[in-house]
Amino acid sequence: MNIVFYIAAAVAIIATVLVITRTNAVHALLYLIVSLLSVALVFYSLGAPFVAALEVIVYAGAIMVLFLFAIMILNLGQQDSEQERRWLQPATWRGPAILATVLAIELVYLFVASGGRLPSNGAVEPRQVGIALFGPYLLGVELASMLLLAGLVGAYHLGRRPRPQEQGGET
Amino acid sequence: MASVPIDHALILAGILFTVGLVGVLVRRNVLFMLLSIEIMLNAAGLAFVLAGARWAQADGQVMFLFILTMAAAEVSVGLALILQMYHHRKTLDADAFDRMRG
Amino acid sequence: MLGLLWLIPAFPLAGFVLLALAGSRLSRRGVALVGVGSVGLSALAAFLVGGSFLLSPPVGEATTQTLWSWIDVAGFHPEIAFRLDALSLIMVLVVTFVGFLIHLYSAEFMIDEEGYSRFFAYMNLFVGAMLTLVLADNLLLLYLGWEGVGLCSYLLIGFWYREPENGRAARKAFIVTRVGDAAMAVGMFLLFTQLGTLQIQELMQRASAQWQVGSGLAVAAAALLLGGALGKSAQLPLQTWLPDAMAGPSPVSALIHAATMVTAGVYLIARMNVLFGLAPSVMLAVAIIGALTLLLAGFSALVQRDIKRVLAYSTISQIGYMFLALGVGAWSAAIFHFMTHAFFKALLFLGAGTIIISLHHEHDMFKMGGLRREMPTTFWTFLIGSASLAAIPLVTAGFYSKDQILWAAWASETGSAWLWTAGLIGALLTSLYAFRMVFLTFYGERHSLVRELSPLPALGIRIRLPLVILAVLSVLAGIVELPRTLGNLPFLSDFLHQILPGTAMKQEGAGTELLFQIVAAVVSLGGVYVAYLLILRRRQLVERWAQSPLGSPLHQMWFAGWGFDWLYDTLFVRPYVWLAQTNKQDVVDLIYVGLARLVEALHGLLSRTQTGRVRWYAAGIALGAVIAIALAVIL
Repeated sequence: MNIVFYIAAAVAIIATVLVITRTNAVHALLYLIVSLLSVALVFYSLGAPFVAALEVIVYAGAIMVLFLFAIMILNLGQQDSEQERRWLQPATWRGPAILATVLAIELVYLFVASGGRLPSNGAVEPRQVGIALFGPYLLGVELASMLLLAGLVGAYHLGRRPRPQEQGGET
Repeated sequence: MASVPIDHALILAGILFTVGLVGVLVRRNVLFMLLSIEIMLNAAGLAFVLAGARWAQADGQVMFLFILTMAAAEVSVGLALILQMYHHRKTLDADAFDRMRG
Repeated sequence: MLGLLWLIPAFPLAGFVLLALAGSRLSRRGVALVGVGSVGLSALAAFLVGGSFLLSPPVGEATTQTLWSWIDVAGFHPEIAFRLDALSLIMVLVVTFVGFLIHLYSAEFMIDEEGYSRFFAYMNLFVGAMLTLVLADNLLLLYLGWEGVGLCSYLLIGFWYREPENGRAARKAFIVTRVGDAAMAVGMFLLFTQLGTLQIQELMQRASAQWQVGSGLAVAAAALLLGGALGKSAQLPLQTWLPDAMAGPSPVSALIHAATMVTAGVYLIARMNVLFGLAPSVMLAVAIIGALTLLLAGFSALVQRDIKRVLAYSTISQIGYMFLALGVGAWSAAIFHFMTHAFFKALLFLGAGTIIISLHHEHDMFKMGGLRREMPTTFWTFLIGSASLAAIPLVTAGFYSKDQILWAAWASETGSAWLWTAGLIGALLTSLYAFRMVFLTFYGERHSLVRELSPLPALGIRIRLPLVILAVLSVLAGIVELPRTLGNLPFLSDFLHQILPGTAMKQEGAGTELLFQIVAAVVSLGGVYVAYLLILRRRQLVERWAQSPLGSPLHQMWFAGWGFDWLYDTLFVRPYVWLAQTNKQDVVDLIYVGLARLVEALHGLLSRTQTGRVRWYAAGIALGAVIAIALAVIL
């Protein structure tokens, strides 16, 4: 099982790096899906099958598809890829790279401090997760649904095409 | 069930988060920025699940569920906003929207 | 009658108020009536008061009239009080009478000027302030009058304000006398803090009781008051303002810069004689300054071209005589000379004024000549005035007063041969330049300018009457004080002896005195003869001397008043102007401006972080997170 973890982890990292360096939006998206799938595998190897499934269904399946729709609506073509290439000069990477490296070092330092291995006493079954959701975290679930409602309403309103007489003004 | 050292798993989360951060800072196209934010969110969720697995409790996964929900809502609103921005300025350049500069 | 004392300064001040408020609405006649009338009334009051004082002298030979209490704070209570005694009576009589004559003259002289009412307003204010000065019972009121006359001097020198040069001359006068005034103020502070009062009589008593002769405080106070006197009386080293003050109208020069204001210093020293008596070193300084000044100014007067400048330097020189007299302790001689000088110098200035205005504002004597026949009244009065100035023996008042000073310079306890020699040389110079002036202006060939303007218009009675009266006084005023060798009528000095101490004289015989008088007479007559020779017979000689290698620099130096203007310009004016220009950005202000600029710069910096770009802000957040974690890790 450890091997699975490490391989999935490596794939995730490589895929993620590729995501942020692609010029074509769809390519980046696809690499992100790969990354998400590997993370799902990581979840499974850690004994959290429920969230592994959720990751695939919701994250990779819904959210990324939403992204895909948006990209298609925007109709990003060859021109945009060219533009992206122009924007991605090596010089732009310097600052963020330094910042990220420092952050990474700090995080690593912090994480290494906590020691121990993961216990190998079985996975957390979906049943347990369900009981937790309907038990202590009931309120949280309700709030989450409210959040989704808000997101729905917001997305609907913002996504509306402006009517002909509204055009020409600021929103 | 794998029994990897916790640091390794946490380091994975950290690296994914950092990569996402770099993506946010470097890319000029808002779509890619949003994508990078998703990466960061995913990494944070990974850390939660990890914590839950450490103690063999469901709480980590519950947290991940909430993060997922939030990410979904956020993505939908964010994409709607991006579409609006595109209709206004006909560009996806994040630096083009700087009317708030001082 | 003595109760009328307060009216003497009140009339001119009332005239000033009336003219200041309503002068522009009155006609010329009205303005003249108010302006001349107020001083006339003041003179009348002065005569009545004086007559009453002489006929029935009050107890203690002085009377004080207190009007009201001015300040009353913590033991300091000067009052508005006027004191009449022998000294102030003489001063008041001269100031009001000569002032009245000059005002009468100005009524016609200034008739064509646009600032007619303004002129009389200022003149009245001046007379009021001068009378306040002279009648003041305490030093603070005296200082009020002192400043008042200084102000009027400024206003009147710059009367024709449209010419920037006149404004410059007025400012110069004010600033130079200010230096003296500041010294005087410090002296007054010293006197008050040490002796606790500024009331003059009390001050004198306490000073002689508390201070030893020659004590440091007495010397300091006397020296500081002397500083004030030097400024007002245009003596070394504060004499540079008087020649330039001739930019004002001639009546102004006559009244302020000849007869009255410039003698305020002499009055101050005479009034504070007890204090000066306690400081013999200061008295010596007074005498030496007087001697030096009279020589310096005499040489300068010899080479001037402007008729008024000759008279200005002559004034400086004659006041030097008065200071010399004060310095050797000949108090009444100084006042006597003040009186005769007031008469003949005012006469000379008024005469010069008529010449200048008849020749359409021509001041240069070398453009005059032969005016003897053109302006007979002016000629005769001017001749008498110059004769009195040159101290022509026996017939002029100037002779008697100057002779007294010369004798005191020799024979006083603190006199010396040097002082007498200086005075004698000064007398020679005086008659030289006086008659140079007369011969250049009235004798000889008429200049083309004169021929063009001939025949010159006749002068009105208001101009001629004062000239004649002053001429008569310049001759007859000597009668009040005849020396023992020539009639022995010491009326004036006896009168003043009530107030001023007598002169401590060395024992000298009457024969010596007669000898000295003869020497002085010869010198003055000789000066006239030499002037006659050089100006009327051998003018080319003078011109050749002026151009010779020795004569030319001397001539230039004397012409420029011994270079004092240049000296002060280099020492004080230029550095100060440089300082002001360097500090144009105002060093002190830099602190505040600097603060503002710093804030602005910081603001500029900060506002540059507001790029409006999302990525920039995200980077900021990331940076903050990194730092926060680093802090958490390290600490």
